[in-house]
Amino acid sequence: MKLFHLTGGTSVTTRRVLAISAVATAAVMALAGCASGGTGGTTSGSSSKFSIAFVPKQLNNPYTDVELGGGKKAAAGLSGVSYSVVGPNTASASSQVSYINTLTQKKINVIAIAANDPNAVCSALNQAKTGGAKIITFDSDTAKSCRSLFINQVVSKDVGLIEVKQVAEQINYQGDIAILSATANATNQNAWIDYMKAELKSNPKYSKINLVATVYGNDDDTTSFQVAQGLLSTYPNLKGIISPTTVGIAATARYLSTSSYKGKVALVGLGLPNQMREYVKDGTVKAFALWDPAKIGTAAVYAAKALVAGTITGKEGDTFKAGDLGTLKVGADNTVIVGPPTEFDASNIDKYNF
Amino acid sequence: MSDTPTMTPNTTPHQTTRTTATAAPVKARSTARRLLLGRNANSVYVLVLIVILASILVPYFAGTATVSFLLIDAIPILLMAMPMALIIISGEIDLSVASTAGLSAATMGVLFHNQHWNIWWVFVACIIIGLLCGAFNGVLITTFGLPSLAVTIGTLALFRGLALVVIGDSAVADFPTDLTAFATSTIGATGIPTFMIFVAVVVIVFAVILHFTPFGRALYALGFSTEAASFVGIRVNRSKFWLYVASGGISAFAGIFWVLRYSSAQSDSVSGLELSVVAAVLLGGVSIFGGSGGIVGVVAGVLIIRTVNYSLQLAGLPDTVLTIVTGTLLVLSVIAPSVSARIRRSTEKRRNHNITREVSSA
Repeated sequence: MKLFHLTGGTSVTTRRVLAISAVATAAVMALAGCASGGTGGTTSGSSSKFSIAFVPKQLNNPYTDVELGGGKKAAAGLSGVSYSVVGPNTASASSQVSYINTLTQKKINVIAIAANDPNAVCSALNQAKTGGAKIITFDSDTAKSCRSLFINQVVSKDVGLIEVKQVAEQINYQGDIAILSATANATNQNAWIDYMKAELKSNPKYSKINLVATVYGNDDDTTSFQVAQGLLSTYPNLKGIISPTTVGIAATARYLSTSSYKGKVALVGLGLPNQMREYVKDGTVKAFALWDPAKIGTAAVYAAKALVAGTITGKEGDTFKAGDLGTLKVGADNTVIVGPPTEFDASNIDKYNF
Repeated sequence: MSDTPTMTPNTTPHQTTRTTATAAPVKARSTARRLLLGRNANSVYVLVLIVILASILVPYFAGTATVSFLLIDAIPILLMAMPMALIIISGEIDLSVASTAGLSAATMGVLFHNQHWNIWWVFVACIIIGLLCGAFNGVLITTFGLPSLAVTIGTLALFRGLALVVIGDSAVADFPTDLTAFATSTIGATGIPTFMIFVAVVVIVFAVILHFTPFGRALYALGFSTEAASFVGIRVNRSKFWLYVASGGISAFAGIFWVLRYSSAQSDSVSGLELSVVAAVLLGGVSIFGGSGGIVGVVAGVLIIRTVNYSLQLAGLPDTVLTIVTGTLLVLSVIAPSVSARIRRSTEKRRNHNITREVSSA
């Protein structure tokens, strides 16, 4: 009898060892798979070699993908640049912090981030800076003290002016217009809208244009569609809509193209050419604007190169060469403006693919 | 499992045979044996293995930076896992922990920034709000006898909604810098976050309550059968009520830490963390059916989740993979005990059969 129990006892231990080693094997395989998939950082010896990691607001966002595409292309064009992208699935700041921490640990030379929260990522970025990394923000800035440079698409004022100009041309400088924006608290959109309002008020050319409403589609396709519908039933005399968000303008265009207002109500705003192409071709939309998001990624890579090489420090007045983009200059608030917005219409839309 | 020798339903015929035959193993396992072989210990072994593997396989993993970054992210999970462990052991669940923390974070932002309260009074107010949230859960579950799963899924949404009402779409970031710096500081060159001292106190308090007080021991009985527990004189409802109050208070504390660590209070602070907390508790060897588990295992469970997540992040993997891994670990931790129980039953059956044959042939 005793013998049996001894064997029994051993088998309990054996089972335990087996179970634990099974878990271990699974973990080995998972980690091994990951380790080979991951991109390690390179510690740069010479000044032309460096590693840059992009941390976008969220992955799998069409706009972000175009931006990152520009960065990837620029990095591939330079020799010795290791390029990687890490980031959260949903636009959350806490998850960005974890990724920044891993980049700090890997001694990545340059971190380019579009912050989900201007302050929440700051202490992690400062830690990275202490570890020797250069910090660049793009699209969505952090508090000024946490980064060397901010790469911005355009001057906010330019966006406001171009929108008002486009809508005014299309409605012959008179009539009611409305704005369909993203969320009520969106920093960029609100800045642009303020410039639009100021321009409408101050420029005598626009004295016969009347802004009747500002509504919010929350950058959600369905909500924007319904809000556009509501706008036109509330204001039947509406002549034009400005939608300074890619989601809003696409949803509004879809509504207009299927309604009796098609071609009668002017729609301008910021849109992606690929999303807007069919509405330009069917006459719903005459013209809209946007910058090329890929330029932001490109500019970030060249700015990173200049920062690592030490040819710029990010102070106002610094200039650096940015490949196809020519020479870029660091302006006020250590901000680099990539370029004026491009206007798209039936004559040029087929030249763009993003 | 081995923590509760008196409660374990070891009623299979073989168990009886074995006990009578050798007398020792089941009845009075020595403390050392229990520490080395219990389910608690399993979690610790797995943790140690994962850490060793990660150090070998993931570049840059071995180092004090890992200790610091890994532990600071573990703090809120570790805090919330303590009351969660007790609640799950008693046979219930609390899914509203992250939303309670979020509501406390939002309140903290508004009271400090808009109402200009002294920061220490703000902390007090946040903890009180957490306690009230917990008491609300507790009343619905005990007084009205509603299932905790349904109640806390409801309050998960309710408390998050209240957070939105309190702070709206704005974010508060101007907290005192000495406090925010303290939240991210480390103890000397060890890389261990200073805040871990508070966490250690909380962990020890919960360990003592669970393992060394009649209240704690009674929770295991509760997890097995509320009826049986009330027959032996355990105040079922009162125990459960205070567990939820504790859970609310600790969650609010975790919310305060979150805000200081990120220097930012928003309506979506701490969102989605309940999944990690529940997964960590279950990975730590606490049975989802209640009645078994221990604090050491839960601490190991939290560290397992964090280590796996952090090493995957360090390897450059996207969030999608992390979510899948957390989900898989959760599922595994739920099915592993029942699978092993089934295996045990079948081997015991076979062994019994052998014994009978042996005896009859003799």
